[in-house]
Amino acid sequence: MKAVITVVGSDRVGILAMIANACAKYDVNVLDVSQTIVDGIFTMTMITDCSKVKDFGSFASFMEKLGQENSLIVRVMNQNIFDAMHTV
Amino acid sequence: MQTQQILETIKMIDEDYLDIRTITIGISLLDCIDPDIHASCRKVEEKICRIAKDLVPVAEEISRTYGIPIVNKRVSVTPISLLCSATQGDPIEYALTLERCAQKLGVDFIGGYSALVQKGYTEGDRRLIRSIPQALKQTSHVCSSVNIGSTKAGINMNAVKEMGQIIRDCAELTKDDNCLGAAKLVVFCNAPEDNPFMAGAFHGVGEADCVINVGVSGPGVVRAALAKASKTAPMDELADLIKRTAFKITRMGQMVGVLASEKLGIPFGIVDLSLAPTPAIGDSVAHILEEMGLSTCGAYGTTACLAMLNDAVKKGGVMATSHVGGLSGAFIPVSEDAGMIDAARSGVLNLEKLEAMTAVCSVGLDMIIIPGDTPASIISGIIADEAAIGMVNSKTTAVRLIPAVGKKVGEELNFGGLLGHGPIMKVNMASNEIMIDRGGRIPAPLQSLKN
Repeated sequence: MKAVITVVGSDRVGILAMIANACAKYDVNVLDVSQTIVDGIFTMTMITDCSKVKDFGSFASFMEKLGQENSLIVRVMNQNIFDAMHTV
Repeated sequence: MQTQQILETIKMIDEDYLDIRTITIGISLLDCIDPDIHASCRKVEEKICRIAKDLVPVAEEISRTYGIPIVNKRVSVTPISLLCSATQGDPIEYALTLERCAQKLGVDFIGGYSALVQKGYTEGDRRLIRSIPQALKQTSHVCSSVNIGSTKAGINMNAVKEMGQIIRDCAELTKDDNCLGAAKLVVFCNAPEDNPFMAGAFHGVGEADCVINVGVSGPGVVRAALAKASKTAPMDELADLIKRTAFKITRMGQMVGVLASEKLGIPFGIVDLSLAPTPAIGDSVAHILEEMGLSTCGAYGTTACLAMLNDAVKKGGVMATSHVGGLSGAFIPVSEDAGMIDAARSGVLNLEKLEAMTAVCSVGLDMIIIPGDTPASIISGIIADEAAIGMVNSKTTAVRLIPAVGKKVGEELNFGGLLGHGPIMKVNMASNEIMIDRGGRIPAPLQSLKN
């Protein structure tokens, strides 16, 4: 299963590293990353392969909690929802 | 996958209240009919709890994995009056059984304490309808509906007369609880058999043994899309924006419906393409109309804006799903919509305007709080007028009025939760008693003769 991880928050050193590290811990493979910084706001979308994750729910809540602890909004969502909404 | 599209979806969910309003499992109870009501109730409880046992966990799992809130999990069943016809027992036992099922399953509502009497009563219908006020008083999750008219059958005026009194009785019996009983009862003309929304959901006899129906919601998303349009953009451009947005919302509903169907092993029925508001600021159908350029919902132009909105939602949604059904259109429940509440409080939005609006949108006079001293015949008159609009226009119309016992125009009732709160609206009290007392049937209109 592919999941999209989005991260939004104030830019600073180490956000990408922190998220990528957490992914590695859960055996989540990062397939694609795109990030922008506009007016100091960091926005990143990461496409990942979560097929080796045993409990997707706990991975998602771990990532969201990690975000909260670091003043970032982190969301982990199954990629199919975006495909469903934006492709005919 | 474009970053922009990902962020757009997340914004819709986080800021514009995009959600799946309900996943509703429809369950046929025809195989639970038994002359012994206790045996029948046992079968009902066993079947509902067996089929819907995974509904809540599956919905929560989908919600967690896909990041989309699923607000309500519901069950609808075969109209209980059909089961009543086979037994002499007290219909309340069915209501209590349904309540037990709802509590066991953890669902938000269970609908189907219903009767279809558009052409006439059976003995079962009669007993069920008389039991509605007590059933709604003694339960908290059970919803009830009665279909009193249709384009094919005309309007059953005897039922119209009775339902005026039943609505009053529901309110009287629950007067210590904000007259909540009346908020769980809806009177229909042309009731759909696959509606996932409450209080009117029931599982029609033409449906499969069990089925998943999904209701989407997204007034906030449509309003946000319109807010971006220029104030000088012509109406057809707005219609186009609504269509695009409705398409996206509905695609999500379709996806969730198919997923839930696979996980539960229950066939997928329909997506109900409805804009269902909640009392939260920013999740209002009235605010969509105001975004189109009305100072307040209820101003002249409201009916036209609503007609366009309703039509554009369908046009956008219909291509996004394999099966459309239910009510499919914009809802205008006054107490559940922050913009409607404000418009009603200010006096711009009145019952007469709401009646006109119901001619062009999906339901009817919904969640409207009326003075506690409104006579039953006046409520019956309101039902008859709404049913006539539905019958002639071959559409669903409904009446869900809450007489606020002991309160007067200007005071407010607060139900809490999704049912919201609102002011008591002024009702035209001119007498119609002789007309309502006539009873009988209004014959089906010419437009029903299509064969």
